[in-house]
Amino acid sequence: MGQQFMLPDLLNEVPIGIAVLDIEGRIKLVNRAWQTLTGVAPNSMQGLKCYLGLRCDYCFKGCPVMADKADFQTVSVDADIIDRTRTKIPIRLNISPIVNSNNVISGYMETIQDIRQVAELSSTASKAYSLGGLIGTSPEMVKIFSMVPSIAGTDSSVLITGETGTGKDVLAEAIHNASDRAGAPFIKVNCGALPETLLESELFGHVKGAFTGANEDRPGRIKLAHNGSFFLTEIGDLPLPLQVKLLSFLDDKVIQPLGSPRGFNADVRVIVATHRDLKKMVQEKTFRADLLFRLNVVHLHLPPLRERGDDILLLKNHFLMEYCNKFNKKIKGFSKKAAKILSAYRYPGNVRELSNIVEYAVNFCDRDIISSSHLPAYLTEQDILRPVAESAYPAQERTVPLEYSSAQSWDDAEKQMIMDTLLKCGGRKGEAAKILGWSRSTLWRKMKKHSITG
Amino acid sequence: MSHKIMIPLFNDEVAPRFDLATDALLAKFKSDGEISERIIVLPQASADDLCALATSDNTDTVICGGIDDEHYQYLKWKGIEVLDDVIGPVKTVIQTYREGNLVGGDNFYIS
Repeated sequence: MGQQFMLPDLLNEVPIGIAVLDIEGRIKLVNRAWQTLTGVAPNSMQGLKCYLGLRCDYCFKGCPVMADKADFQTVSVDADIIDRTRTKIPIRLNISPIVNSNNVISGYMETIQDIRQVAELSSTASKAYSLGGLIGTSPEMVKIFSMVPSIAGTDSSVLITGETGTGKDVLAEAIHNASDRAGAPFIKVNCGALPETLLESELFGHVKGAFTGANEDRPGRIKLAHNGSFFLTEIGDLPLPLQVKLLSFLDDKVIQPLGSPRGFNADVRVIVATHRDLKKMVQEKTFRADLLFRLNVVHLHLPPLRERGDDILLLKNHFLMEYCNKFNKKIKGFSKKAAKILSAYRYPGNVRELSNIVEYAVNFCDRDIISSSHLPAYLTEQDILRPVAESAYPAQERTVPLEYSSAQSWDDAEKQMIMDTLLKCGGRKGEAAKILGWSRSTLWRKMKKHSITG
Repeated sequence: MSHKIMIPLFNDEVAPRFDLATDALLAKFKSDGEISERIIVLPQASADDLCALATSDNTDTVICGGIDDEHYQYLKWKGIEVLDDVIGPVKTVIQTYREGNLVGGDNFYIS
């Protein structure tokens, strides 16, 4: 550029607080933004240990400079400081080693950003009945909402299970956003979406020439998630050879790109999700037991929508509002029949299916109320209201207080339940059918199915 | 008339953060010039616990580094003098305090 610039003057113009530390963690230089945020007088901190000037909680919670670590990668965390006006300020803190030409750490660069506005925004955005993009008031969901902040505070692996469409991806992102890693990347990989050979290079990266077609170095998704969270969805679809490699990564946190002799130490929080029964897969030897034990540190199970009670109503109205805004429509609500159909439906596709149904209805609705004719045909064609009529018996009448622990499957349990009820009623089928909440013909059909005579 | 002070500790220095200190020095200056000192180790860092310790011990002065306004005002309300933003080794700080020269914001690492 042909001109000489004074580095401190340049740094003063940067709106982010910057401190340059020597190898012992003593402050060599701070810029104006750093002084403004901490409230210290100019030059009063020079030569002092960083923690005396910054007064950040991270200084006492594992700061690599304080711990005198010889080698570490850039650290990015959400923390807080107490400034000279006695105000506690939430900050985003970055610490990077400064490496000299001999590849030896000669100091550290520290940057701090005031994130008060972000913190305020996120607190107003979160409502009592929602977390991230998840909404619900059912006890199961409230329990999950209450668990997320404490889980987010740790770096433990998280296993999320639940049927398709229950919100596993959304929950994973909510955990990332609630954690100290929120400022760093959240990288998602679907194990079922790529063939095995591609998946390995996608996850762990490769170097140029590692295989035919490897024309350039590729960092791999895990490396891209450094300092952030790495989300592996459909972990049940991960091929066995890659399960071994993932296990090895979880053990030592070092990734070995294909064809590279050097590993990379990745500071990554691992979150995995699946709709499959991993324990059953372990028994079938299609999933490694040691990987399951490694991943199953914190287990969150998202219940299917049909078990979430009034959440259907809440979500239905939420999606109605969302799609009305999106499509610029003025729809007040659902007709009684449409609401009844939506409440009675079993939702095999869970929240995603409900969202799609409401989107369809909003698209086709030309009035201010969504009626049953605006719902997808498959909802109205089949008699989905029948289960509601069947379940109209009071719960206590249907409940048979018996233990089925010895049953191997639902069929066994059902057979045992029928036998027990028949015994209780002295073989009177009409009375047994009433207790079980079935019609006489249903009982007869099931008795025939289980070869129960009499 | 004796005088009691409390200093949250980080090793042998005044703790940079009141709310993150797990040790606290309680010193009692007797009128005959004798000093008795004891160090209390808290089960976990807690500004509330330190405030409770200061009030239950009838502390006259708290000498600390950074303290948030809520706890600062609470201690003041309880009639406890707070000298905050103090940076330095505990021994030097106590010595300066005894001489009556310590004020909030003192930094003993800068001459």
